[in-house]
Amino acid sequence: MSFWRRLIHSSAFYPIACITVLALLSLPVRYFFVDGYLDQGPYLYQILILTGINIILAVSLTLINGIAGQFSIGHAGFFATGAYVSAFITVTLGPHWHRWFSSATPVSSWLSDSGLLLFGTLGAALATALAGLLVGIPSLRLRGDYLAIVTLGFGEIIRVLILNIDAVGGARGFVGIPKLSTFFWVFFFVITTISTVYNVLHSSYGRAFLAIREDEIAAQAMGVDLTRHKVMAFVISSIFAGVAGSLFAHHTMYLHPNTFTFIKSFEIIIMITIGGLGSIEGAVLGAILLTILPEAFRGFDSFRMVIYALVLILIMIYRPQGILGRFTLWNKRRRKAP
Amino acid sequence: MESFLQQIINGLSLGSIYALIALGYTMVYGVLRLINFAHGDIYMLGAYMGLFAAHAIMGKTGHFLIDTILVLMFSMLVCAMAGVLIERFAYRPVRKAPRLSMLIIAIGVSLFLENGGQLVFGADPKFFPQIIPESRYQWFGVTITNQQIMVFICAIVMMILLNLFIFYTKMGTAMRAVSYNLDAAKLMGINTNAVIASTFAIGSSLAATAGILVSINIPGINPLMGVMTGLKAFVAAVLGGIGNVMGAVVGGLILGMAEVMVAGYGSSTYRDAIAFLILIALLLFKPSGLFGKNQAEKV
Repeated sequence: MSFWRRLIHSSAFYPIACITVLALLSLPVRYFFVDGYLDQGPYLYQILILTGINIILAVSLTLINGIAGQFSIGHAGFFATGAYVSAFITVTLGPHWHRWFSSATPVSSWLSDSGLLLFGTLGAALATALAGLLVGIPSLRLRGDYLAIVTLGFGEIIRVLILNIDAVGGARGFVGIPKLSTFFWVFFFVITTISTVYNVLHSSYGRAFLAIREDEIAAQAMGVDLTRHKVMAFVISSIFAGVAGSLFAHHTMYLHPNTFTFIKSFEIIIMITIGGLGSIEGAVLGAILLTILPEAFRGFDSFRMVIYALVLILIMIYRPQGILGRFTLWNKRRRKAP
Repeated sequence: MESFLQQIINGLSLGSIYALIALGYTMVYGVLRLINFAHGDIYMLGAYMGLFAAHAIMGKTGHFLIDTILVLMFSMLVCAMAGVLIERFAYRPVRKAPRLSMLIIAIGVSLFLENGGQLVFGADPKFFPQIIPESRYQWFGVTITNQQIMVFICAIVMMILLNLFIFYTKMGTAMRAVSYNLDAAKLMGINTNAVIASTFAIGSSLAATAGILVSINIPGINPLMGVMTGLKAFVAAVLGGIGNVMGAVVGGLILGMAEVMVAGYGSSTYRDAIAFLILIALLLFKPSGLFGKNQAEKV
């Protein structure tokens, strides 16, 4: 086997290659979009970052809804938890952090900003893992629509709780969050999310998830530990929703509980269903479509959201299995498509 | 004690509204196994149709009761038609598709109605005319407005009519058959499409009634009023065991009562969460709602 073939087939190749490309890309992105060298630069940059965040949300939800077959509509709750926890960490820690890490040069300021962001994101991930555990437990007893409505309820309860915590602004909203999310970090986590979910899907755990989706009783008869796997799907998925929340908080620099209503959860569900439920590629495509479509319809002015709703209905009527269905890239390397 | 009685009255009035909307959710779920998220927006549509009818009719017939009945009839009729149209053009094409696509379509229809409503009716709240002149009664230190009594009576009458319809008419029997097993019902010669359409028509007209009854009591109606109310009514339906008509009524009353109590004795900012807290607590002990059948899974 030649060196190149070994390189391509090594498991670390794709993530490392992607991250290198990302690092190389982030300079021109900064030049063209952030600094506004292009006319519409900053606007396009907004869409780009939001697309990235939505991809993380959609791909992580795919793990619960598409792969493990549990019907959750409470993703906005995890998203909110991540956003608020990380924002709280960076806002309280931020001043000290920058004192500890003097940031005189651009490189050291990049490092200290990134460090703070990662620290906040880590906190968000831990908090949402806990939340995922809490929500995952009722899923052991409930199925189908009852589970759906309980997850929705959890999401709303989290929102109402945040609304009543004064330390994070309550109903006034959380202001003064530092802008730390950059193109690099958002897409770094996009790659992390996709590769994690991809690898989980193709591990023994992933097979167990698929078995649960297809038939719980049969899966149990084959020795799949339902409890463990269901809770695990919830925890992994909610961690990434928390990461997305952290990136979102440090991108918009302002949080309000009303951003995280069940409508947001619906949006994520729509993304993964439009793209094709159960397919990671579908989730990515759905996230991109659903971020760009409302923007593309801006020309229609007040008809924008009406047309958006109509397009949604028409896509679902003419392609109920989603645009991609269960299509996957990289099909050849696998024995059987899940 | 008096304030407690007062809260109970208020809770009953709010609860009967939830019950009316929950009936629509539960009936549609019963026949199609679909969470019809657009139902809350039908309730909004009902309120607006009532508004238009009230502006056109009010003061022309001579008695406010005739006015009210005409307004109710008009709004129910329009909403029933809207429900049937939605079923025909949005849900029927995907009846055989995976269940989730129908749910996404329901969300899409809901978005369509909300945003269409903002476009057509305007996003600002509209003042609903007082079709019934308000008068207050004091009994045992409890204040009851005639509007509250009207809400309660209306809700009760509707529920009794619905019960009679479901259990004592041919169409009602067909409806129960369809909800029991759609394919078997079709084999028995039941026109399932007609049954499903009439389910939507009845559910939507009940939502329209709720829309008008609510609008009489609140200062303004807006195109997004159905979002949260619809969701809570759905919670009420699940609480009672979705697909069960009796359950929807009981669930609605429990929810309305709990919400009023929390707002009255606790903090009103938590009132939106209480519905879900009750729901989660109940479902943990009774996974299929109060009156829901716990279906054993067959292998």
